[in-house]
Amino acid sequence: LCAGPVENKNEAAMSELVPESRQKPVVPMKPVGINANLLGYIGIDTIIEQMRKKTMKTGFDFNIMVVGQSGLGKSTLVNTLFKSQVSRKSSGWNREEKIPKTVEIKAIGHVIEEGGVKMKLTVIDTPGFGDQINNENCWEPIEKYINEQYEKFLKEEVNIARKKRIPDTRVHCCLYFISPTGHSLRPLDLEFMKHLSKVVNIIPVIAKADTMTLEEKTEFKQRVRKELEVNGIEFYPQKEFDEDLEDKTENDKIRQESMPFAVVGSDKEYQVNGKRVLGRKTPWGIIEVENLTHCEFALLRDFVIRTHLQDLKEVTHNIHYETYRAKRLNDNGGLPPMTSETEENHESNL
Amino acid sequence: MEGEGCRTVPLSGHVGFDSLPDQLVNKSVNHGFCFNILCVGETGLGKSTLMDTLFNTKFEGDPASHSQPGVQLKSSTYDLQESNVNLKLTIVSTVGFGDQINKEDSYKPIVEFIDAQFEAYLQEELKIKRVLHNYHDTRIHACLYFIAPTGHSLKSLDLVTMKKLDSKVNIIPIIAKSDAISKSELTKFKIKITSELVSNGVQIYQFPTDDESVAEINGTMNAHLPFAVIGSTEEMKIGNKMMKARQYPWGTVQVENEAHCDFVKLREMLIRVNMEDLREQTHTRHYELYRRCKLEEMGFKDTDPDSKPFSLQETYEAKRNEFLGELQKKEEAMRQMFVQRVKEKEAELKEAEKELHEKFDRLKKLHQDEKKKLEDKKKSLDDEVNAFKQRKTAAELLQSQAQQAGGSQTLKRDKERKNNPWLCTE
Repeated sequence: LCAGPVENKNEAAMSELVPESRQKPVVPMKPVGINANLLGYIGIDTIIEQMRKKTMKTGFDFNIMVVGQSGLGKSTLVNTLFKSQVSRKSSGWNREEKIPKTVEIKAIGHVIEEGGVKMKLTVIDTPGFGDQINNENCWEPIEKYINEQYEKFLKEEVNIARKKRIPDTRVHCCLYFISPTGHSLRPLDLEFMKHLSKVVNIIPVIAKADTMTLEEKTEFKQRVRKELEVNGIEFYPQKEFDEDLEDKTENDKIRQESMPFAVVGSDKEYQVNGKRVLGRKTPWGIIEVENLTHCEFALLRDFVIRTHLQDLKEVTHNIHYETYRAKRLNDNGGLPPMTSETEENHESNL
Repeated sequence: MEGEGCRTVPLSGHVGFDSLPDQLVNKSVNHGFCFNILCVGETGLGKSTLMDTLFNTKFEGDPASHSQPGVQLKSSTYDLQESNVNLKLTIVSTVGFGDQINKEDSYKPIVEFIDAQFEAYLQEELKIKRVLHNYHDTRIHACLYFIAPTGHSLKSLDLVTMKKLDSKVNIIPIIAKSDAISKSELTKFKIKITSELVSNGVQIYQFPTDDESVAEINGTMNAHLPFAVIGSTEEMKIGNKMMKARQYPWGTVQVENEAHCDFVKLREMLIRVNMEDLREQTHTRHYELYRRCKLEEMGFKDTDPDSKPFSLQETYEAKRNEFLGELQKKEEAMRQMFVQRVKEKEAELKEAEKELHEKFDRLKKLHQDEKKKLEDKKKSLDDEVNAFKQRKTAAELLQSQAQQAGGSQTLKRDKERKNNPWLCTE
């Protein structure tokens, strides 16, 4: 059985033989396509298993930031998402602790394991955001923190002797909590998201959605989507990073119909119809957190954890981090040319 | 996994991040994989045939001749697809290795090729605007070193070449055309090769034994190195199955029969068990070493003499300033030279101007002299004229006096003249 089309022999001879002097690497010729399925089993597809095993051994990092005014249920939601006490609830404001004068950044890491997969989860809380009388520029400490993590990673990456695995503290996902007023977004919301959607993946969520009826919810979501669009705010999943048609159709549906997710969080369990469910008990009924007819928590959970977790990390690494790096290196004058060849590549020149 | 002071927190229900490896793998599958094999060995050892046999296909190419003037590398890339996995396979082969009379430099093209791939990756990594996640990785993941089946020991060319390559690439030594050696000779040969490699400090690739699921098989395989292989793409009917084999008058050698050769072991190890590890080792060990050496060579350090950590950024800043300083110096020098030249030219012009002025003055003087001369001459001529006039006046005076003497006559004559102007006097 022969392989695909044969390149002209002369062409092959000229472009495939590498001259002995040090030159640019051999540019591979247009690859010849071979469908190995017809030729007997080779075993290339085992690489999937090999890769899976390796990644399970090394484990994963995931860093999620929650931003929103106090009392919107951020910590509860994160605990509900990860079904464990990963975020300390700040219910003690009115007693011992004062509301912080500026936005604080608190990052707490935990290791959680499921199905043989170990994950180091870091929850970054931002107490004090939007809580002052004058909230001007209260996103700045947050933006600073995010950029500091990129800077940390860049410094490690640029070392001569590098660590085998650079610890990743970059913020992969930022959940922004919108107050369920039912009207529209607040100026603070717009300002924050405008500034930060350029440096981090923002997922807007409507908090404490059990205060809205279904119609109110739909209308509010539509208004919020419209406002975000009008203000040019690209929340995750960003349109420009859809890789192929499949991604685009899937993400379009999420962007135009489901987001922002209207969620309810709870860490208490109740008995409903013989099952134990997470919920909130009210005089007029029990709101089941994981019931799709009650709220969209399950959608958010599936979106963030079960389908797009890896993508969140990849967009952070391949796009946001690269943007930061490019800007940083440009400001610094760039890296000097390695060989005379890079003089042509004026992007990496001084 | 280091917790760095993080506690492990129990989960009270199913969260769902156990799908994370699947998410990662799916993305990789969508992206496609690439694998690059380098085959080093003398002409005629069956490199191309072995590749064909490993990948169940006939790759394009003609057998090389023995008369190559130097060692060259031939690279071809193929897109292989199996179930949902797309693999970009690049096979690089040496051409003319071992054919020259003087083989001292034979290893150099190979080392340079491997370094060139690292260099390309490094340059991409150092770019400001880079696309690493879409980069076609051409770094060599595995190097199959073909040993000639002499049955005695390694050739010195083999030892030298492998020593030069062992810190740059994962070397898997194999005994080619091993149907030329009998079983007992093979065992002795393998032992000899292994001991020679050890005594010369050649680091060949060890199949990893840290993961329990593959530790056992990898451990066993490590003991079978170097693999004695046979390649064949011809299929023979053996029993009631078609198998890849080589037919001799005295019997048929089956490629996939483990009692006949180690081909199956090689395929298992290279592709089915350790392909990912080979890629990872290339990236985390060999590439990092290259990168470190290259950057150090260029004068960058992580710590300064006081061992305070330098950021590479700072070093680059310093180097950049140095470079700019030099540029400035050059600019200054050029400017100085320019100023100098201008001065010189100015002086020249001034000289010329001066000369012109002098000439002008000279001419003027000449002209004045001439003029003076002429005036003098004129004066003297005027004097002469005056003198003559005086003489003339004097002469006329004399004449008139003389006339007065004969004055009455003159008077009369005058009267007559008055009365008769037409009377001529003398």
